[in-house]
Amino acid sequence: MTASGIGAPVRRKEDQRFVTGQGRYVDDFNRPGQAYAYFLRSPHAHAAIRSIDTSPAMIMPGVVAVFTGDDLAADKIGGLICGWMIHSKDGSPMKAGPHPALAQGKVRYVGDHVAVVIAETLAQAKDAAEAILVDYDVLPAVVDTAQATKAPVQVHDVSPDNTVFNWHLGNKEETQAAFARAKHVTKIDLINNRLVPNPIEPRAAVGEYDFGTDNYTLYTTSQNPHVARLVLSAFIGVAPEHKLRVIAPDVGGGFGSKIFIYAEETVCVWAAKKVRRPVKWTSDRSEAFLSDAHGRDHVTHAEMATDENGRILGLRVHTTANLGAYLSTFSSSVPTYLYAPLLSGQYDIPAIYCEVDGVYTNTAPVDAYRGAGRPEATFVVERLVEKAARELGKDPAEFRRANYITQFPHTTPVIMTYDTGDYAASLDKALEVADYRNFQQRKQESARNGKLRGIGFSSYIEACGIAPSQAVGSLGAGVGLWESAEVRVNPTGSVEVLTGSHSHGQGHETTFAQLVSDRLGISIDQVSIVHGDTDKVQFGMGTYGSRSGAVGMSAIAKAIDKVIAKGKKVAAHVLEASEGDIEFKDGRFGVAGTDRSLAFGEVALQAYIAHKFSGQDLEPGLKEGAFYDPTNFTFPAGVHICEVEIDPDTGVTKIERWTAVDDFGVIINPMIVEGQVHGGIAQGVGQALLEGTVYDQSGQLITASFNDYCMPRAIDLPSFQVGMTVTPCPSNPLGIKGCGEAGAIAAPPAVINAITDALGHEDIAMPATPQAVWRAAQKARTLLAAE
Amino acid sequence: MYAFEYHRPTSVKEAGSLAGQAEDTKFLAGGHTLLPTMKLRLAGPANLIDLGQIAELRGIERTGDTITIGAMMKHAEVANSADVKEAIPALAEMAELIGDPHVRNRGTIGGSVANNDPSADYPAACLALNATIVTNQRKIAADDFFQGIFTTALEEGEIITQISFPIPSRAAYAKFRNPASRYALVGVFVAKHADVVRVTVTGAGSNGVFRVPEMEQALSGNFAAEALDGIAVGEDGMNSDIHADAAYRAHLVGVMARRAVQAAAARG
Amino acid sequence: MTTVSLTVNGQPVTADVDPRTLLVQFLRENLRLTGTHVGCDTSQCGACVVHLNGQAVKSCTILAVQAHASVVTTIEGIAGGGELHPMQAAFREHHGLQCGYCTPGMIMSAIDIVNRKGNALDEQTIRAELEGNLCRCTGYHNIVKAVAAGAQAMAQAPLQQAAE
Repeated sequence: MTASGIGAPVRRKEDQRFVTGQGRYVDDFNRPGQAYAYFLRSPHAHAAIRSIDTSPAMIMPGVVAVFTGDDLAADKIGGLICGWMIHSKDGSPMKAGPHPALAQGKVRYVGDHVAVVIAETLAQAKDAAEAILVDYDVLPAVVDTAQATKAPVQVHDVSPDNTVFNWHLGNKEETQAAFARAKHVTKIDLINNRLVPNPIEPRAAVGEYDFGTDNYTLYTTSQNPHVARLVLSAFIGVAPEHKLRVIAPDVGGGFGSKIFIYAEETVCVWAAKKVRRPVKWTSDRSEAFLSDAHGRDHVTHAEMATDENGRILGLRVHTTANLGAYLSTFSSSVPTYLYAPLLSGQYDIPAIYCEVDGVYTNTAPVDAYRGAGRPEATFVVERLVEKAARELGKDPAEFRRANYITQFPHTTPVIMTYDTGDYAASLDKALEVADYRNFQQRKQESARNGKLRGIGFSSYIEACGIAPSQAVGSLGAGVGLWESAEVRVNPTGSVEVLTGSHSHGQGHETTFAQLVSDRLGISIDQVSIVHGDTDKVQFGMGTYGSRSGAVGMSAIAKAIDKVIAKGKKVAAHVLEASEGDIEFKDGRFGVAGTDRSLAFGEVALQAYIAHKFSGQDLEPGLKEGAFYDPTNFTFPAGVHICEVEIDPDTGVTKIERWTAVDDFGVIINPMIVEGQVHGGIAQGVGQALLEGTVYDQSGQLITASFNDYCMPRAIDLPSFQVGMTVTPCPSNPLGIKGCGEAGAIAAPPAVINAITDALGHEDIAMPATPQAVWRAAQKARTLLAAE
Repeated sequence: MYAFEYHRPTSVKEAGSLAGQAEDTKFLAGGHTLLPTMKLRLAGPANLIDLGQIAELRGIERTGDTITIGAMMKHAEVANSADVKEAIPALAEMAELIGDPHVRNRGTIGGSVANNDPSADYPAACLALNATIVTNQRKIAADDFFQGIFTTALEEGEIITQISFPIPSRAAYAKFRNPASRYALVGVFVAKHADVVRVTVTGAGSNGVFRVPEMEQALSGNFAAEALDGIAVGEDGMNSDIHADAAYRAHLVGVMARRAVQAAAARG
Repeated sequence: MTTVSLTVNGQPVTADVDPRTLLVQFLRENLRLTGTHVGCDTSQCGACVVHLNGQAVKSCTILAVQAHASVVTTIEGIAGGGELHPMQAAFREHHGLQCGYCTPGMIMSAIDIVNRKGNALDEQTIRAELEGNLCRCTGYHNIVKAVAAGAQAMAQAPLQQAAE
């Protein structure tokens, strides 16, 4: 390992601009002559639109234009799409209703887009939006996930019983047989609470149209600008793909919510041509709460069968997944193929059967949020395992260990083939770091102070770097999930890497440069990472699902290999040696067995001046591209242990210790990887203790600001003890598994298992607010007294 | 935000006469309730009268048995005032629990008291400490001032200039924060005066800040947490929202009252 | 329109503004100091924190006209002579940022904490004092480390501190 190579905790190159306030986010871009867009949103969860009268708004000061869904339809602008086809058990395709960018005839959730006002200033646009007259016929709304199929309300005509799909995975008969054989069955009912992603940068878009060249430009807060361009051109039809440039500059966090192609950016691009001016829209936080895609929102009943030795025999799960009022871009994949395939956890479970009903409700669309399906699966498995261990009187750590998969590759009953792992190694290390052996002492100490202490485990697994494309295509994905890279070596020997991955906090400018530095033997300062601009990078699938390391960097590695191969050809000509005798080592091309060699930069120069070889024998230049499609998902896994202390008088839960031991395979930059773990844990703790999205029965969002939606603060969290174990991933050339979502996946069951351990009582929903914990503590006391 | 006229008077008199002349006015103190409300277009005064440049609304003074605080004194200034910390440490501690450091650098005592948010901290302190709210027109006892949520004895155009607090023998404030907003889900201020104990509750009551006579009586006899044993505040009249229902709030009133009494008693 | 005159990062500035212009809008849109960010509309996230007359405030909850005759320092104004402020350097050294969006507000708050609480800050103090700043990326772990280290470094760099 060199100071800047693979494995070094290199300080981030991008930080210079961020700590000095020089980062450039979408809202920092202002185009000459720009006007401002403001969206009039539905105040009703469900209503027919009898009429919209925009004329009073049109005459307001500063108003440039007012558009409704009719205007989009007149221009043949298509609706927003869902890019993953799910088929129901009976083989029928999912029943998805239309999703116009501006409402046509009906609004289906509070915040749905009714009209857009474009004005000289944002204040004028807001003033004018208030003057638009909309005549609504308010309809009853369905809000509650569990009630969606029974409600006398239909959100979309094409979806009877508000059901989008009845999907399943696994083997029903084998699972039934396993339960028939069981000595013990553990049952649980769970709600995976709806979350609002809330990256601190709200979404924003600036659309621009150049009448001279017929080119469109969209600056947007996107995790995947090329996918945005593809969808905007091929499906929505706003602009031809080759005429649309999408720029996603510095992006202030995404967590999934900036994967999707939303109404606002669609309208900004389209409207820029209509009004012949750049059009800018910046979401405020209140709008973000209403209309960014939310996450989670499952209602689940699950059962686990065990035999007389405490071996898990089978698992059956029924989940109702709330998809909201419309299908967002990848929404259908989240509670299906990103969920059920993870239900085997780290355990050797012979039979699994899972049914998922995807339902419409009059709420904001639900889509991928950090972890996306995998936190929901892990919550089911790890709550069940913990409860089973308690019911069977077994130590929860040892119950897990006894059921761990130990032989690899291992094919689960839910279509996954785990390639490698050492789950017991992570458990052992975690138990050590958490000082598990002295837990009882700490518990007694807490009890002496009138406090309840509990410990909770989470042995999670996730599937990252979703691939290969052939496989995901067979599961219904509308796109391939490879990644592209281009490595451009300049004549001076400096290198630009163009990547289809997108960094919105992950530190790619540093980690990707580390890979290049390591492979080419050049200083990290000689490497620039270019991303987030469709005019610069040819194509790419973007960053989500912890894929940038495993897939994005593998593409770069593949391109680097091609650069080295080409470099050898150049060096052979210059050194007058046979290409087969050229070795590349420590940044030098040398002739084997001699001291004759050229530095990387010298070869780069020779490649461009092309004086030493014939252009017919060898093309000048040194630039290579690669598309990399992995052979499998990757399977990061680990053990998190949470220790809490509860004040039974108030119900306040304090996290006293957090231990995380993760196996992410090969690590490029441990500082950055640990940072990803920290952030994930915080979001998981947020879900478990603080964050809950509440709609009232009429569909009004009650938690519509940070005043009511509780974001984790520094004081809510401890410092984390983070450790690693390493089993290199065999499915990609770098051995990387991915780390971005682990914390968010692992944390919720660890917290809830700790709380239920402290209370001696299983019934506690997320978020486990002080009120909820206090009430559960009361219940536990009553039950204890009754015994 | 809707458009408005901005006024920047330099004396209370000028502010008062501006308010008398202009239509639809609001006074701007620290602005940390008013401005967010205006940003969300939930309020839209035609005229905004900024009290920030009025020197006579500032200052903290101790005279004999009283601490008097200018209405435009910021929460951080009250929290850090050597006089307040020495005379009524509970008041300084309470000010330190409002919002966050940035809010405390802007929010003012006068603004908080005039707003009478049912979850604000100052109303509980004023009522427990038997404060007098001084305006440009009169003096109003705290008992008469707070008249239900967002409602006070202030007349249109009346400006709070000072609030004076009799120094109690002991006092403490125990606050259970709303996890999201950091306002009081339940806050209990306990003050032992020479003749009487006052116990006030903010955050919990659906009609704003209130006193708890049973607790006051019990503590007047024996100023110790045990004196509160067996005294429960009923659920009737308690707020109920997504963060805490009436039963939980009623329970927390008891817990916070005990904690406040313990803290006050520990002051020696 | 109302005239407002103030000093921003050492430079005198005068402008006629619509009274409803927030200080953060004035900084970002009039002065193009886009390092100060907006992350919420309810005065909670702290992405907009600047120093007003030496104290940390939320510039989204102050009218530009209220800052008349004041001295404002933003994230762009704390590095002296090309060198990072010790708190900026600490955030980079300790990986106290990921997406960078909350970072300017965090750093301005952190400097204010040191100004009020001194250079030896324990973890609990830092966590409690960061009450008004939300970060969605870091889980705060490395921010806490960065603030502690930056606070100590500020003791060793009195000149820069004085320059602020």
